[in-house]
Amino acid sequence: MLKLSYFAWVRERMGTGEESVSLPDDVHTVADLILWLAARNDAGARAFAEPMRIRAAVDGHMAVPGAVVPRSGEVALFPPVTGG
Amino acid sequence: MIRVAVRSAAIDVAAEYAAHDAGGHGASASFVGRVRGDDGLTELFLDHHPMLTASGLEALAGEAGARWSLAALTLIHRVGGIAPGETIVLVLASSAHRAEALAAVEFLIDRLKTDVMLWKRETFGDGRVVWVEQREGDHKRAERWG
Repeated sequence: MLKLSYFAWVRERMGTGEESVSLPDDVHTVADLILWLAARNDAGARAFAEPMRIRAAVDGHMAVPGAVVPRSGEVALFPPVTGG
Repeated sequence: MIRVAVRSAAIDVAAEYAAHDAGGHGASASFVGRVRGDDGLTELFLDHHPMLTASGLEALAGEAGARWSLAALTLIHRVGGIAPGETIVLVLASSAHRAEALAAVEFLIDRLKTDVMLWKRETFGDGRVVWVEQREGDHKRAERWG
C-alpha cells in the first residue's frame, strides 16, 4: 500500500489529509499518479484538474513529474508553497 | 549555534533574540515577518507537513551555514491560525562582520518562500477564504541565490 498525503487546497478538495491506496499496474510516475487520481472520483477531478499546479514529494524528497512512484512509502501532493 | 523551529505558539521576538545573542556576537541581522491586517484580513492560517516542513527549514539553515561563516542562526516559523499583528516568521543571523549576517538573513527569507512546505490561507471579515497563490517575484528573488 502507498500512503498519499494532501495539503492546502488539495487537502480541502480531496476531503481528507491522507489515505492509503493500491496503485494500478499502469501507474509508474508522479504524473501517472496525478492523472489516475484525477480520473478516480469527483474529489480527485476537482483537486487534480490542473496537474501543472501540483507539486509532489516522494518519501520526503521533492519529485519531478517523471519521478518513479514506489509501491509502498509516502507521496505528498500539494500546491506551490507560500510560506515566509 | 543553529536553532530551527516550526510551532503554533506565539513568537516572543525579544526572548528569542536574547537566546540567540547569548554569545555576544559582533554583527547580528534580523527579519521579522508580521501578519498584516489590511484588506480586512482576520486570520492567516498556515498549513504544513508534520515532518517535511521542519526538515526543509533545517536544510535551508544548513545551507546558509555552509555559505557564510555564521556564529549563530535562528529560524522560527509559525503554523496554524495566526491573528493580524502577530509574528509569523523570525530570522536571526550573526557573524563577526555585518556582510555575512545580512546576506544570510536575505537568503533565508527569500528561499523560505519557495523551498519550504508551508501554505497560507487568508480569511477576511466579509467571509472570503482564499489560499494564497505563489508569486512570480518570489521565485525570481529565490533564484538569485542559485
